[in-house]
Amino acid sequence: MGRHLANIYRLGVKELWSLARDPMLSIFIVFSFTAAIYSSATAIPESLHMAPIAVIDNDVSPLSQRIIDAFFPPHFLTPTHITPAEADAGMDAGRYTFVLNIPPNLQRDVLAGRAAEVQLNVDATRMSQAFTGSGYIQQMIGDEVRTFANRYRAPVAAPVDLAVRMRFNPNLTQGWFGSLMELINNVTMLSIILTGAALIREREHGTIEHLLVMPVTPTEIMLAKVWSMGIVVLVAVAFSLTFIVRGALHVPIEGSVPLFLAGAALHLFATTSMGIFMATLARSMPQFGMLLVLVIMPLQMLSGGNTPRESMPQFAQDIMLAAPTTHFVELSQAILYRGAGIEVVWPQFLWLAAIGGLLFSFSLMRFRKTLSQMA
Amino acid sequence: MNEPAVRIEHVTLRYGKTVALADVTQDVPAGRMVGLIGPDGVGKSSLLALVAGSRAVQEGKVWVLGGDMASKKHRDAACLRIAYMPQGLGKNLYPTLSVEENLQFFGHLFGHDANERRRRIDTLTRATGLDPFLARPAGKLSGGMKQKLGLCCALIHDPDLLILDEPTTGVDPLARAQFWDLINGIRQERPTMSVIVATAYMDEAQGFDWLMAMDDGQILATGTPAELLARTHTDSLEEAFIALLPEAKKRGHQPVEITPLQADENAEIAIEAKDLTMRFGDFVAVDHVSFRIQRGEIFGFLGSNGCGKSTTMKMLTGLLPSTEGKAWLFGHEVDPRDIDTRRRVGYMSQAFSLYCELTVRQNLVLHARLFHVPETEIDARVAEMVERFDLAEALDTLPDNLPLGVRQRLSLAVAMVHKPELLILDEPTSGVDPVARDNFWRLLITLAREDQVTIFISTHFMNEAGRCDRISLMHAGRVLVSDTPDAITEGRGAATLEEAFIAYLVDADAGAHESASGELATLGEPAHSVVEARPARQRFSFQRAFSYMWRESLELRRDPVRATLALVGSLLLLFVMGFGISMDVEDLRFAVLDLDQTTLSQNYELNIAGSRYFIEQPPITDYAQMDRRLRSGEIALALEIPPGFARDVARGASVDIGAWIDGSMPQRAETVRGYVLGLHQGWLLEQARQRLGSSVQAPVSVETRFRYNPDVKSLPAMVPAVIPLLLMMMPAMLTALAVVREKELGSIINLYVTPVTRLEFLLGKQAPYVLLALLNFLLMTLLAITLFGVPLKGSFPTLAAAAVLYCLCSTAIGLFVSTFTKNQIAALFVTMIGTMIPAVQFSGMLTPVSSLEGAGRLIGQIYPTSHMLTISRGVFSKALSFPDLHASFWPLALAFPIVIGVTVMLLKKQET
Repeated sequence: MGRHLANIYRLGVKELWSLARDPMLSIFIVFSFTAAIYSSATAIPESLHMAPIAVIDNDVSPLSQRIIDAFFPPHFLTPTHITPAEADAGMDAGRYTFVLNIPPNLQRDVLAGRAAEVQLNVDATRMSQAFTGSGYIQQMIGDEVRTFANRYRAPVAAPVDLAVRMRFNPNLTQGWFGSLMELINNVTMLSIILTGAALIREREHGTIEHLLVMPVTPTEIMLAKVWSMGIVVLVAVAFSLTFIVRGALHVPIEGSVPLFLAGAALHLFATTSMGIFMATLARSMPQFGMLLVLVIMPLQMLSGGNTPRESMPQFAQDIMLAAPTTHFVELSQAILYRGAGIEVVWPQFLWLAAIGGLLFSFSLMRFRKTLSQMA
Repeated sequence: MNEPAVRIEHVTLRYGKTVALADVTQDVPAGRMVGLIGPDGVGKSSLLALVAGSRAVQEGKVWVLGGDMASKKHRDAACLRIAYMPQGLGKNLYPTLSVEENLQFFGHLFGHDANERRRRIDTLTRATGLDPFLARPAGKLSGGMKQKLGLCCALIHDPDLLILDEPTTGVDPLARAQFWDLINGIRQERPTMSVIVATAYMDEAQGFDWLMAMDDGQILATGTPAELLARTHTDSLEEAFIALLPEAKKRGHQPVEITPLQADENAEIAIEAKDLTMRFGDFVAVDHVSFRIQRGEIFGFLGSNGCGKSTTMKMLTGLLPSTEGKAWLFGHEVDPRDIDTRRRVGYMSQAFSLYCELTVRQNLVLHARLFHVPETEIDARVAEMVERFDLAEALDTLPDNLPLGVRQRLSLAVAMVHKPELLILDEPTSGVDPVARDNFWRLLITLAREDQVTIFISTHFMNEAGRCDRISLMHAGRVLVSDTPDAITEGRGAATLEEAFIAYLVDADAGAHESASGELATLGEPAHSVVEARPARQRFSFQRAFSYMWRESLELRRDPVRATLALVGSLLLLFVMGFGISMDVEDLRFAVLDLDQTTLSQNYELNIAGSRYFIEQPPITDYAQMDRRLRSGEIALALEIPPGFARDVARGASVDIGAWIDGSMPQRAETVRGYVLGLHQGWLLEQARQRLGSSVQAPVSVETRFRYNPDVKSLPAMVPAVIPLLLMMMPAMLTALAVVREKELGSIINLYVTPVTRLEFLLGKQAPYVLLALLNFLLMTLLAITLFGVPLKGSFPTLAAAAVLYCLCSTAIGLFVSTFTKNQIAALFVTMIGTMIPAVQFSGMLTPVSSLEGAGRLIGQIYPTSHMLTISRGVFSKALSFPDLHASFWPLALAFPIVIGVTVMLLKKQET
């Protein structure tokens, strides 16, 4: 037993040396946990930014001008005045997301207390801008008209008010979300790349053959790669969380960082095993790269990290239960954003442990089987 | 005849800081068989590459066939008269293509028509004995056959200058002899042809007309073999070469002296093998091999590449379980799980295979530890190895920075660090210069004789085999004979070991090769009579472009991983992205903390629960529970209805309902807020209507018309946007890989030395991927309509026409990336980042181009994806056709010629 542990330890230290002397990979790790996190936190634009809007003003009154003047950067571009004929062409060509059609005699009707209707055309192929923008525009027009009308008529208070409060991210700052999700995604990606590359490098250099004639077992070789690459990523995460996410980006972290790191360690166990498995499938670095593209994208996009899981079709949700990323994303969001403790996230820990255990045994079986072909 | 074939004047070549050729000046006579001799890494290959025109001249002048190789015009003309076979088995061949297909490809490149190709291929393959194997993939040929095929490909255009770079390295002696016979036969037919051959086998060079001995980037001596021997007063070229070396290099060199092994009948048997057999599928790699090796013996395995030497060694070490037969090490049966026996064995694999990332000392310490040398002894042991193998100076250096000879000693030191009783060495000296090789052998002999270490070694050098106590000649998985070298030579009545080996090989597979030599005499004749004036070089040849296209399609079809990526990849990703980038927020879980519990409060809850956006969860009982459930992510929205809600509403007093939204995903929270506010307003109006009986309206209502996608569903909006994204990323990645792969495998050399132009090369390689991308486009469109249920409202021909232009752009962008990336992994990631970022961020996929500012906007305006996106959305969602969208077509149509033009300019037709 002691001998096994010693071998695993020494082989792992060897991996760390190999990584330290590979400048490309080292730079990649540093980049992924610093600049990449920072930029994804700051680069995600607010959903309504410089939205192109055009106006068909059939009223040409102080009220209509007041409405038009309400649209200005940064939420909207300065509105363009167009004719009804230009409206269709402009929307077809994608020049405007919104076209506001102000009917004739709007001001007169409003002052007379008659119902009037403003038409808002929205290019609904531009999902996020269209949806957020249209609600925003409705509210703006309502406000403008109300303020305008209130100068002439008494205000009517709504009897029941809905007090909306945002928990965990009161201003809905995109950067809080973006930085942590990028961190979570990079954990998955890097752990797979690092372990996979470590195995393929040994194979390409012929050193795996060397290891196999020595008194070490495949389990030791694999465990060594799992622990060493796992530690590297874990340290990088801890660093990034402290100095980039909290330090440079001032994102408040609600929950316990040690608990999150414990979850990350479990997750790394699963993903590093996955990296080994993929490296046994691929014969060379390029093949590994292609495989990576096909595996990483679904893992990230369908795990619930980018968009909520409940909006995906049921079967996609079910399949993704088998992916470690789904549980890791749930766990991370609960701990980091919502300050959940172990009493809340223990099911995810169990899931991760089970998936990690399965992936590890499966990879080990495959690793043993393919070793003879590698040498 | 008097004009030299090649004239080299003051040529210097550097790779970074390393000087490969140092001010070389030399004339090479025409019409002769010229040998370039010297160990690996002295600059032979660099010199030949310069002469062949595959590498650009840096300093000095290279005149070949009467013209300056620095001039593109002369190179273009001369490449029709030069044939170049680069180093490495089958380096310029395409392993997945069959023999016939490889030859057809080269025939096409040199502009032969179908009949001409047939005739030449038949003649050449008959002469080389390859004709029975026309359908076999080049990668599955033996080393000797690969080289013959390489030669056929080189000879297909009747060159005046044939350049062969180590054509026989790693080939068995019989195939080697046949190869030289073949060359001699051709030279008899075409006496004017000049041949330049680089070789590391000194014995082979004996038969050449004229030799150039090279070392360290310089030419040491030239002359006929006899002249060189006479000048150095030596008997063999190997000794002559050592004698020619400068004094500093020779220092410490002594001839290897072999102490004979004391024959001892009772000696312990170190290795015994009985009927050891290894099969891979149908292929028998090792066929019933048996031998016994006694302790302290040096036992050699002699044979060509792929004859089963390495496989036998791997079975002995337990790396490979044998299919049949048994082997014993020190009387224990070989068992891969037997960790203890492994500690008595040291193994040194083919080529250098230690950790290049660890220093010499770290390598030694790591191996000592893994072999469980007691911790207290490690320092002493490492010091001992360092002294014994003379590694003191290199102790803290990384192996990559060491000369090959030192690395070889390091490998041996590492294999010896745990004091094994048996050393298994797989071709330990390939590529090492003669002086270092002799030093290495002296170490081995000391180990065997003084330390009683049994040494089992494989080699393809005859003179090394001669130093073993006993050798086995191996061929095609079988041991032909096992005995002392002298006994084997005498047994066949041969003068040298090599001759004896050839005699055994001829016996072993007589029938297969005999017909080959019989046909030699007829080679050239029919091929010659049809050689008319060489066709004038065309500016753009469709035939050459077509041959590249045809070859690329064949290769793609036979590479399962790339083909899968190409076909399944984009469909899988469309699927993933279609569902993954969803802005729909539906089925949100919410729960209510109802502190009022009246019909009115329940009515309010029902109003929310009744919408399609929300699903009600069991009610919340207290604030602590609300907090916990929000934290766990179980609910996205919690509503709190205050006590006395119904009463206050009835009174007209102002009431606040609390709504807590999980803000951890801002996008989703924003949407939830929109929904809740909307439902709340609706409820208020409904209440007012019921109570007052009349309609209470806001002064101005805004009627929102969601055009093109009335339900504001994600899929119809996202799928038409994802298709252009994938049609950019995947085809670009594939074309980038296609070119960079050739750079990595070495077959890019065919671009350098054949008449194919850069544009022909690029368009030929691009075409299959354009077709593939279009197939993908059709599949994705079909998937969009059927599986995702996204209607295609506009004109399909318009969309298809745009797709053609767009795929031309995306594949061209991949080619562009390939001009500046050197390895496949870099090409893959650069293309992915280089296409994804502009396509996702700046092309209007999420944010419209008109909402962007600065550089992002500029990129968005010119990047093809922006325009394709407009067209795709226009046709899919907006029911448009060409007249409405023509403005977006022009930028697409312009982008392709611009990108391909820049690529042609950046692509190098020579290695620099």
